[in-house]
Amino acid sequence: MKRTALNEVHRRAGARMVDFAGWEMPVRYEGIVAEHTAVRTAAGIFDASHMGEFRIDGPGAAELVDRVTTNDVGRLDDGGVQYSVMTNADGTVVDDLLVYRLRADSFMLVVNAGNTPKDLDWLRTHNRFDARVTDISHRTGLIAIQGPLAAACLERHAGTDLAALPRYRFLETALDDVAGILSRTGYTGEDGFEFYFSAEHAPALWRALLDANRDRGLRPAGLGARNTLRLEAGMLLYGNDMDEGTTAIEAGLDRVVRLDAGDFIGRDSLRAEKAAGPRRKLAGFRMLGADIARDGYAVHLDGEEAGRVTSGSPSITLKTNIGLAYLPLERALPGTPLRIRVRNRSCPAQVVDTPFYKRGRAT
Amino acid sequence: MIPDDLRYTKEHEWVRIDGDQATIGITEFAQDELGDVVFVELPPAGSRIDANAVFGTVESVKAVSDLFMPLTGEVLEVNTALVDAPERVNEDPYGDAWMIRIRIGDVSELDALLSSEDYGRFIAAGGSES
Repeated sequence: MKRTALNEVHRRAGARMVDFAGWEMPVRYEGIVAEHTAVRTAAGIFDASHMGEFRIDGPGAAELVDRVTTNDVGRLDDGGVQYSVMTNADGTVVDDLLVYRLRADSFMLVVNAGNTPKDLDWLRTHNRFDARVTDISHRTGLIAIQGPLAAACLERHAGTDLAALPRYRFLETALDDVAGILSRTGYTGEDGFEFYFSAEHAPALWRALLDANRDRGLRPAGLGARNTLRLEAGMLLYGNDMDEGTTAIEAGLDRVVRLDAGDFIGRDSLRAEKAAGPRRKLAGFRMLGADIARDGYAVHLDGEEAGRVTSGSPSITLKTNIGLAYLPLERALPGTPLRIRVRNRSCPAQVVDTPFYKRGRAT
Repeated sequence: MIPDDLRYTKEHEWVRIDGDQATIGITEFAQDELGDVVFVELPPAGSRIDANAVFGTVESVKAVSDLFMPLTGEVLEVNTALVDAPERVNEDPYGDAWMIRIRIGDVSELDALLSSEDYGRFIAAGGSES
């Protein structure tokens, strides 16, 4: 199993380690509920160093990124970040990713850990633009600080006014003496930052951030909380909520599928699907009783199985049980009654709008 | 961590034997493996359940775990307080979070239960059969 530079730090903190996409990662430290709550009310620090990072450089860099991603790279300027998707020719999802424009001819792509080798192949296969594609995953550390107090936690370490950094923008800056890329992005539905840097600095930086901000309520948070937080925020998890068996439109990623921008792999299929309407759509649901829907549980509509729960969990913030499932388009509307099979019992649920949780607009 | 006045199973239930009755719950090790417990489902009083059959379910934020009957018996009493306060399973697994009280149906099954020493060795070796 692969280990991040913080493996030893997690173990010493008493983390429970699990295999995630071939990486030995902390799933929880003191407990998912406490960690989740810390991120919603104060701040949490996550090791996300397992994520894959690629550099795309050279005169053909922008063309390559534009060709393989569904969003419009032309909308990015230097310092901009974009959520995007790579699709196959049939519109199904190769991966979801973040695109960072460093310069007009230099980009960083951040992809899912489990997809890193596949994505690298995909980029190289479609690189007829003579761009330089470099996998920098192994030497890149990634720490996320998420929560309403995230900016306050980082202020002193960044030595610059982070309140002025808009969401989906980044700075090439240093935290303490560690140079890197600091973006106002995250996977929790809270305000927050992600910092990419040279991995060997990870243990010292992690400790410094925690030690300086313990009084603010900053706590280490593991993959367990990361999952409950992202689900509440209606953010999708590759491999659960979308994959090469679902199209970007079915997954509800329309907002990052820019059919009128440049040509990209999958555009024709997605345009046709968008025009005709997808057969099915990913929808959020809420359980009406105490039963918890879990990944893979059967979803019934009108007494017949309509699909499977792609992500299901207790919502720690909302104190209810929530999930996502693909439903026929005409039934993927708030209010539609569903039944979820929980241990041979048919439990009532209802389609609701996503995100399930929206942070206050105070920041 | 492992009270020596209780008996145990390899499914991480504890059993307190009191005459012809037994009280059943899950161990400290089990609650720690599960993490934050958010849901407990128990059988109605009056149920007759065979040894090794599933008598209920405990769910944490991340995991679902069946509860296995350590002994054949009739359920006399159920700790329904756990339905509204499942977190007690984490806080006090050997006390407040007892789950069911049964009338023992077959005393010969008591021999199959582990002593605290045996259970301690079992979890020191990883706590699973595989």
